[in-house]
Amino acid sequence: MWARAVWLGLRASAGGRRGFPSKAAHQGSRRVTAELIEHLERLALVDFGSQEAVARLEKAIAFADRLRAVDTDGVEPMESVLEDRCLYLRSDNVVEGNCAEELLQNSHRVVEEYFVAPPGNISWPKLDEKEPFSHR
Amino acid sequence: MATPMLRWCCPGRRWIFAGIGGGSRHGRGVPTGSTSSGKKGQSSVAQQPLITAQKPRKGEREWAAVVGLEIHAQIASNSKLFSGSQVDFAAPPNSLVSFFDASLPGTLPVLNRRCVEAAVMTGLALDCHINRKSLFDRKHYFYADLPAGYQITQQRLPIAVNGSLAYSVCVGKRWSQMVTRTVGVKQIQLEQDSGKSLHDNLRSQTLIDLNRAGVGLLEVVLEPDMSCGEEAAAAVRELQLILQALGTSQANMAEGQLRVDANISVHHPGEPLGVRTEVKNLNSARFLAKAIDYEIQRQISELENGGKILNETRSFDYKLGCTVPMRDKEGKQDYRFMPEPNLPPLLLYDSGSLPTGADPQQVIDIDQLRERLPELPRVTREKLVRQYGMLPEHSFALLNEVGLLEFFQNVIKETRAEPKKVTSWVLNTFLGFLKQQNLAVSESPVTPSALAELLDLLDRKAISSSAAKQVTDVKKGNPRAINKLIGLVRRATLGRADPTVIKEVLERQLSS
Repeated sequence: MWARAVWLGLRASAGGRRGFPSKAAHQGSRRVTAELIEHLERLALVDFGSQEAVARLEKAIAFADRLRAVDTDGVEPMESVLEDRCLYLRSDNVVEGNCAEELLQNSHRVVEEYFVAPPGNISWPKLDEKEPFSHR
Repeated sequence: MATPMLRWCCPGRRWIFAGIGGGSRHGRGVPTGSTSSGKKGQSSVAQQPLITAQKPRKGEREWAAVVGLEIHAQIASNSKLFSGSQVDFAAPPNSLVSFFDASLPGTLPVLNRRCVEAAVMTGLALDCHINRKSLFDRKHYFYADLPAGYQITQQRLPIAVNGSLAYSVCVGKRWSQMVTRTVGVKQIQLEQDSGKSLHDNLRSQTLIDLNRAGVGLLEVVLEPDMSCGEEAAAAVRELQLILQALGTSQANMAEGQLRVDANISVHHPGEPLGVRTEVKNLNSARFLAKAIDYEIQRQISELENGGKILNETRSFDYKLGCTVPMRDKEGKQDYRFMPEPNLPPLLLYDSGSLPTGADPQQVIDIDQLRERLPELPRVTREKLVRQYGMLPEHSFALLNEVGLLEFFQNVIKETRAEPKKVTSWVLNTFLGFLKQQNLAVSESPVTPSALAELLDLLDRKAISSSAAKQVTDVKKGNPRAINKLIGLVRRATLGRADPTVIKEVLERQLSS
C-alpha cells in the first residue's frame, strides 16, 4: 500500500498542474498533520473531533489521489460539466426583493429590520488552547 | 533621539525632515520602475526620471515607493449581478434582497447582461484585451455580511486584461506644469459586493443590511507603476471620470460607489522591492493621497529605525490621520478558490465570430459595444484645446466639475465673445463665485444665457469688465451695486443711454 502510494506520488510530480495550487499535490499518502487539521478547521469551520475523523480524511484524500493514475498531459482541464452550455444572460430588470419580513424570520436575532451578528469574526482558538478532540 | 534623514523620491514631491547634522534639506529624487524582480513582479513601465537636485550626503540613501491599486467600482445597473433585486443605496434595510442574495438554499446565480456590457466597455476604454472566454470562481471567507461564505469573482480568467490608464500630474509649483503618466491595468473582473455591517460596540453586536450584497462590482487592478499618493489620486480621478463618461459607474466615492485599496512598499533604488502592506478603506478622494503618503512615510521610518515591514493589511483612520493594522486579518488568508459550479464560462463575440441565428439578447458583440463607446475625457480635453485654443490645464478644470463643461459649451453657443474670454470668465469668475457660495453648477443662479449676454456686452465694450464683475456682486444680494452699474453703463454710452432703459435691461439680465 505504501509502495503504491509512493509510485502514485512520483507519477503526480511528473504530470502538469493547472488551475488552483493544490496543497495535496505530490504528497502521496503522507499523514495529515495536526497543523493541517487546525488550518482546515479554521477555514471551513469543520470539527475534526476525533482520531477517527482524521483517519477518514486521510482515506478520502487517498481515494481522490487515484485520479492521478490518469495521464492528463496536454489535455485542457474541464472546469465545469456545463462547459458546452451557454451562460444565460438576464435582462437588467428588477423582478425580486421586497421580502424583508420573510427573510428576517430566518434570523435568530433581529434589531429593527437588521440581522444581528456577533461583533467581527470570533477568533478560532489556537492549537495549544484547544482541548484535544473536545466536542463543541 | 535624532531621526535619520529620510529622502523619498517622488515626482513633484519634496520631502523635508529634520535630520542628523541639523538643518533641512530637500530635493527631488529619481523614482525608479527599473527593478523588474522582486516580490510583486512589477512590470517595467518606465517612470519619468527627474533630475536630482542635490547629491545625497554620505551615509544617506534615497527611497523609492511603489504603489499599486485595487479599485472597486459599483456598476450602474438596475438590478444586481446575479439576481433581480434592485440596486439602490438608500432603501429600508434588507428590502432590496432576494432569496439568492440572502444565500437561501436552492437559489442559483443568473448573470446580468448589463453588468457584462459595463465590464466590456470599461475594458475597451482602458485599452484592455477582452477575453473571449472568462470564468467565475468562488472566493471563500467568513464574515457576517457575506451570507454564502464565499464571493463569486473572476480569479482565474477575468473578463479583461493588459490595458493602460493615462493620467496627468502637476510637476513643479505651478498648476500649468502638467505631465502625462501611464499606469498599467492588470485586469478588470466582475464580482459581487458584500452586504453592509454596522458595528454596535455598545451592545457588542453587528447589524447586517444585505441591500448591497450581490451588487455588481468592477474590480480594476492597477499595476504598481505609481510612486506616491498624488499619482495614485490622479489615476483614480481619471478612472472616475472615464467610468462616469461611459456610464458604467457613477463612481461617487462619498456614496461608496468607488472604493480603493492600495498596495504599498518602499525600497532603495536599484535594490529589490520591499515587503508590501495593503491599506484598505480608502473611500475618500480627499484622504487617498494623504493615506498613501502616510504609509510610505511610516514604512521608511520603520526601516530607517532598523525595523521590519510586516506583510499585513492596514486600515486608514481618518480621525487620527494614520494607518493602523486591521484586527480581523490574522496571517495570510487562504481563500480556497474553486470554480463556480453553477456558471458555465462566459463567452463573448465580435462581428467576425457572431454565431448565426443566435438570439441577440443572449449574445454580446464586442465590436458593437466598441462602436457605441461614448467620448472619453482625454478626447474631450484634446478637442477643447484644439477647438478653443485653451491651455491643457483649463481643459482639465472644465472636466473636473460636474456640469461645468456643458455650461461652458452653452455659453459659447450663445455669445459672440472670444472663446479665450469665455474660458477665463467661466473658470475664474464663475467657478470662483460658485465655490465661494458653495454651489454646484446645477444650483447656479447665473444661467449660461445670462453669462453669454454679459460677455456680449463686454465684447461690445458697452460695459467695462469691472462692471461685469459687479454683476456677480448683485447676484450675491447687493442691490446698491445695480445703481453703480447704471452709472457705469451711462458713462460707457457717453450719457446717451436712457437710465430707465439701462435699469430695465440690467434687471432683466440679472433676474434670468
